[in-house]
Amino acid sequence: MTTRDEITAGLAEILEEVAGVTPDDVAEGKSFTDDLDVDSLSMVEVVVAAEEKFGVKIPDNEVQNLKTVGDAVSYIQNNS
Amino acid sequence: MSGLLEGKRLLVTGVITDQSIAFSIAKLAQEYGATVVLTGFGRLSLVERIAKRLPQPVGDVIELDVTNAEHLAGLADRVREQVDGLDGVVHSIGFAPQTAMGGNFLDAPWEDVATAVHVSTYSYKSLAMAALPLMKPGGAIVGLTFDATVAWPVYDWMGVAKAGLESASRYLAKYLGPKGIRSNLVSAGPLRTMAAKSIPGFEAFEESWGDRAPLGWQLTDTEPAAKACLALVSDLFPATTGELVHVDGGYHAVGA
Repeated sequence: MTTRDEITAGLAEILEEVAGVTPDDVAEGKSFTDDLDVDSLSMVEVVVAAEEKFGVKIPDNEVQNLKTVGDAVSYIQNNS
Repeated sequence: MSGLLEGKRLLVTGVITDQSIAFSIAKLAQEYGATVVLTGFGRLSLVERIAKRLPQPVGDVIELDVTNAEHLAGLADRVREQVDGLDGVVHSIGFAPQTAMGGNFLDAPWEDVATAVHVSTYSYKSLAMAALPLMKPGGAIVGLTFDATVAWPVYDWMGVAKAGLESASRYLAKYLGPKGIRSNLVSAGPLRTMAAKSIPGFEAFEESWGDRAPLGWQLTDTEPAAKACLALVSDLFPATTGELVHVDGGYHAVGA
């Protein structure tokens, strides 16, 4: 099973590639929109990339609940 | 499933997520035997990722901003790198600034309305003309509208742009008819796509639709609209042009 730290690191890679976020800024408590400045279309791409990287399906109605990196890590951990 | 579009070459615009109507169009087109060429706008990396979810691999996504004259002028050559001609062109493009929707009808400035009309209405003609060098008699263009015969909540200037699109399709039918090329539109019911999510207050459209439509309506199922688009570009409608086909569960046909 993938650890939370591994998932966070994977998300940091995606966030850097998709939205130019500095990997060191990515931590579980950070909000995608407020702290990391990820706009809605970038978030869509982050989700698509995360689905591929972690082999999960993240439905639309879940995406709106993923406010922080930690929310996403939990979702991925519980559904992969 | 196969056969309907065997050997056909289709240019599909407007894929942004796998909920896009254009994604369903591209997916089903491949399943029906067509070769699909995609264009994308803005976030090409996202379109490339989504394209990998299609049943068959596609070539590079061609960047196309329909308001960019260079993109339009170069489109035919870019498409030729992937296919030697086009039998069908799918226009699944629309945009209005937030100021022109969501109840701002009376206050929307002309510049924003102009953007809506440029991207959502004029682009239908622009795209057709950009693709025309690749098309032969029997070819077809199809676009997507949202019933523009009445005023809706929150749709505002996008509705006006769609009314223009519906008219533009009839004129395109008139002017391209002599070349043997058809132009038709599909008038779809509300679908929860990326585009819909960007309309403030879109829920106002959704509430009554499923109840009123004789066939009911699935807000997340883009396949019925996609299938109609593909039927219209196929050889099954050889004498149909300037037409508007409702794919709305029958909503338009009933009064309450």
